[in-house]
Amino acid sequence: MLDLVTIGQSVIDSALANEEIEAYLVRESETAIRVYESDVESLTSADSSGIGIRIVSQKRVGISYAGTLEPDEIARAVAEARDNARFGSADPYAGVASPDDVAPANLDVWANDLGATSTQAKIDAAMSLEKATLSLDKRIRSLNSANYGDVSAEAAVLNSRGVVAYTRQTYCWAWVYALASQNEETQTGYGMHASRDFAGLDIEHAANEAAKKATRMLGATKPTSGLFRAVFEPDISSALISIISSTLSAESVQKGRSIFAGRLGESVAAAELTLVDDPTDKRFFSAASFDDEGLASRRNVLIENGELKSFLYDSYTGRKDDHPSTGSAIRGGIAGSISPGPRATMLAAGDASPEEIVAKVNDGVLIQSISGIHSGVNPISGDFSVGAEGIQIRNGELQGAIKEFTIASNLQKMLKDIVSVGSDLTFRPGGSAGVTLAIDNINVSGS
Amino acid sequence: MLDENLISKVIQSALARGGDFAEIFVEEKSNFSASLDDSLIEELTSGTSRGAGIRVRFGETTGFAHTADLSESSLIKAAQAAASLARNSTQRVAQVALTPRHFVPLDPSKQAPNSTPKDNKIALLMRLDAAGRSAGAAIRQVSAGYADSMRRFIVANSEGTFVEEEQVRTRISISCVALGDTGMQTGYETAAMTMGFELFDETDLEELAQKAAMRAIQKLSARPTPSGQLPVVLNGQGGGVLFHEACGHGLEADHIVKDSSVYTGRLGELVASPLVTLLDDGTVRNQWGTYGYDDEGNAAKKNVLIQDGVLVDYMWDHTQGERQSRSSSGNGRRQSYAHLPMVRMTNTYLMPGQQTPEEIIADTERGIYVAKLGGGQVNTATGDFVFGMTEAYLIENGQITAPLRDANLIGNGPEVLANIDAVADDFAIVPGTCGKDGQSVPVGCGQPTLRITKVTVGGTASA
Repeated sequence: MLDLVTIGQSVIDSALANEEIEAYLVRESETAIRVYESDVESLTSADSSGIGIRIVSQKRVGISYAGTLEPDEIARAVAEARDNARFGSADPYAGVASPDDVAPANLDVWANDLGATSTQAKIDAAMSLEKATLSLDKRIRSLNSANYGDVSAEAAVLNSRGVVAYTRQTYCWAWVYALASQNEETQTGYGMHASRDFAGLDIEHAANEAAKKATRMLGATKPTSGLFRAVFEPDISSALISIISSTLSAESVQKGRSIFAGRLGESVAAAELTLVDDPTDKRFFSAASFDDEGLASRRNVLIENGELKSFLYDSYTGRKDDHPSTGSAIRGGIAGSISPGPRATMLAAGDASPEEIVAKVNDGVLIQSISGIHSGVNPISGDFSVGAEGIQIRNGELQGAIKEFTIASNLQKMLKDIVSVGSDLTFRPGGSAGVTLAIDNINVSGS
Repeated sequence: MLDENLISKVIQSALARGGDFAEIFVEEKSNFSASLDDSLIEELTSGTSRGAGIRVRFGETTGFAHTADLSESSLIKAAQAAASLARNSTQRVAQVALTPRHFVPLDPSKQAPNSTPKDNKIALLMRLDAAGRSAGAAIRQVSAGYADSMRRFIVANSEGTFVEEEQVRTRISISCVALGDTGMQTGYETAAMTMGFELFDETDLEELAQKAAMRAIQKLSARPTPSGQLPVVLNGQGGGVLFHEACGHGLEADHIVKDSSVYTGRLGELVASPLVTLLDDGTVRNQWGTYGYDDEGNAAKKNVLIQDGVLVDYMWDHTQGERQSRSSSGNGRRQSYAHLPMVRMTNTYLMPGQQTPEEIIADTERGIYVAKLGGGQVNTATGDFVFGMTEAYLIENGQITAPLRDANLIGNGPEVLANIDAVADDFAIVPGTCGKDGQSVPVGCGQPTLRITKVTVGGTASA
C-alpha cells in the first residue's frame, strides 16, 4: 500500500502551469461494537480512505473529492476540481497555504496497541462495561447499549507551494447510556471514557458516570422559573467553550458575522477568564502537529484575563487581514471546505474544586445535560436558550433533581457573568476541554 | 453497478459460516454544491463516493463490514469480515434466489443534476444574493448554498430481495444577517425536494430571499422572549418538528423493543389529544423524506401512527420487525453504504383539522405565535424534548403583536400531545435533516396551524 505522502506528491506533480493545487488525503480504520443484554448487537470493522482536492486557478477556487485512493478516481477528482474552478468568483486572496517558518511540534498521539488488540478483547470491554453499569445500582434497569469504538487515522496535506505535512492519531472510547427506574419513572444518564491507547481505557469510569447521572435524576421535578447561578459540569462547559470559540474565527469576523468583530483589546469576559487554543497540547484528542492546510499547529491565546487578544486565522483569512495564519485551518472531511476555527480550546483552570464551587452557591442549579444546542444557540445574535437537566443547589448543597426546564442568557453576557472556573480540566474527544464553570444571571424557565 | 451473479456470490460467501440473514448494499452517490458568501461564488465542490456494505445476522448479533473497493476479492473479504463472529453459529439458512425488481424511476421527467450546466446553478445563488440584499438597508451579509445529489443503490439479501433505487435531491438555502442598534440577527430559508433541477420551476427564489431577510430585520426590534409556561400557537408553514421530536423518535421500534421510549406498551391507548392523527409517509410525491424503496429494499409506505389520539403502530425496519415476527414498515434507512440501517422517519405529519388559523389566534388571549420553527432534540426514554423557534411573536388579546428573540421550548411528549386543543385546516411539509446515532438522513416534517394549551418557553423576560 502506497503511503499518503507519495500518493499526494503524484497529485501535486500533475498541476498545470499557473495553477495551485492542494491534496488532502486520509486513511483510517475503525471498529464499532455495540453490546446489548450480553449479546454483541452489532460489530462494524472497516478501513476507509479518500482524497480532497483544492485547485486555485486565476484566483478562482474549485474543490472535489473521491471516497477512495484509486488512481483513476483521483485523476477524475483533479479534473473535476479544475472544472469547478472555472465557475468560482475571482478573489485576490484565494490560494493554498505558503510554508511558514513555524516548526511543527513533535507529538506522539499514535498507539500501536489498538491495532494489536484482538476484536474479542474489544468485545469483552463492551461486555464488561454493560455488566459493570448494571451491577452498580439496583435501580439501573437496563442500558440502551454499551459501546466500544476506536479509530486509527492518518492524514496528509501537500500543496504546490511546498507544504508537506503528515499526521496520524489513534483513540478509543467506551460509552454507555443507562436507564434508571423507580415507581414507573425512568431517567437516563450518559457515561464515557476515552483514551489514546487500549490499555488506558477506564471502563469503570464510564460505568460510574452513567449510573450516577441516571440514578441521581430519579424523582426529578420541574423547577420554578427565576434567575440563578448555574454551575456547568465539564461535559457541558466544553460545548459552551466550543460555541464561544467558533465566534472568534477570522472568517466570521471578516464577513461581519461575529459578536466580537472590532473588539480586539477590549474586555469581553470576566477577568478570571483566559481562553487558549492549543492543538500542540497532547491532552486533547484533537491534538495534531499540523492543521488541515498543512501548517504547523501553534498555541494561540484568544482571551487573556478577560481581554480579547486574537482571532483564529487560516492562510486565506490571514492574507485578507495581512496577519499570519494561526494554524487554525479546519476541513470538514474530504468533501468539506476549509475555514479557520477552534481546534483545541480550553479555559485556563482555576483553583477551586467542583465541590468548592457548588459550596459557594446560595440558590442555583447544577447542569448535567443540555439539549437543543443547534436550535437554541445563535452565535451571531448571541442568543442562548437550551433544554437542561440537573440538580438544584441551596445553601451550598446539592438538593433534589430537576428536569424539563430551559436555561437562557446571551453569549456576550455569559462571558462577563462567569464567576468561577474549576480546577478540573477534562479532556474528551472533540475540539474543546471541559471544566466546572459557574455563571451568574442564568434564566431558568420551568413552571 | 454490480451484476446479479456477483451479488449472489457475495451473499453466499457471507453465509458460508452460518447465519440467519445476509445483505449487500451497493451505493454510488454523486454530490455537487456551490456556495455564495459576501457576494462571491466562493467555491464549487463535487465528488463521488461508491462502495458496498455487507451485513450478516445470526440471532441477535449483526456483523457489518464495508468497502470502497467493488472488486470481487474485496467484496468477498468484506463478506468474510461481516461473518467473522458467526463461527459459533449453528444456524443455517438457504439463500433464496434473487428476484430482481427492475428499476422504474419514480418520476421520469426529472432534470438530472448532472445534465444541468453549473452556470445555471450559480445563477440561482446570484439571484438570492441580490434579492436578499435589496430587502432592506439593514441586511449586511448574505450567504447562500445550492446542493444536489444523485444516489443510486442496489440492495439484495438472502431472502431473495433485489432492489435497485435512484434518488435525486436538490436543495437551496439562504441566510441573511441584519445589523441594527440591538446587534445582529439572522434569518434563514430553504427549499428542498426529492427531484431534479425542475425544483426551480416551482420555487420563487425572490420570495424565499425576501422571507429570510425580513425574518432577520424583524428580529432587530424583537423583545426578549418570556420565560415560563404559556399557550403556544404553531404556524402551519413553520415546520412540523414538534411531532418529529414529541413522538416521532419515540415511535421508532428500536426504542420500543429496548423499552427506552415512553410509548412502549401503549398500542391501542389514547396517547394524544383526539385531534391528533399522525402519519409517517415516505410516498408523498417529491418531498424531502420521500423514496421509492428504503435502504433495505422495502417499498416506502404511508403508515398511520396515531389515529384520533390512539396509538396505532410504531415504525419498523427489517431487524426490529424480525424480532417481533412482523414485516418492515419501509422505515429502514442508512446515511451511506458505510452505515448500518436502522429505523428512521420519512415525512412525518399531522393531518389538518376544522378550524381556520385566524380563529385559533383570535381565540388565544395571551401566548406565543411561532411562525417558524428551528430544530429539536428528544430523550425518548423520558419523553422530554426541545424545539427551537426562529421567528415568533407575542399574542395579546387574540392579536399577533411584538416580535420575539429566538429561544427553545421544552415539554414532555405525551403531555404536550394531550394539550393540543385546536388544529387548523391549513398544511405544509417542511424539509429537514434528522440525526440519530451519528447518521443524518433527509426528512420532511408537516403540520397544520395548531395550539398547545401550555408549553415551557425558554426566554429571559418574565412571562
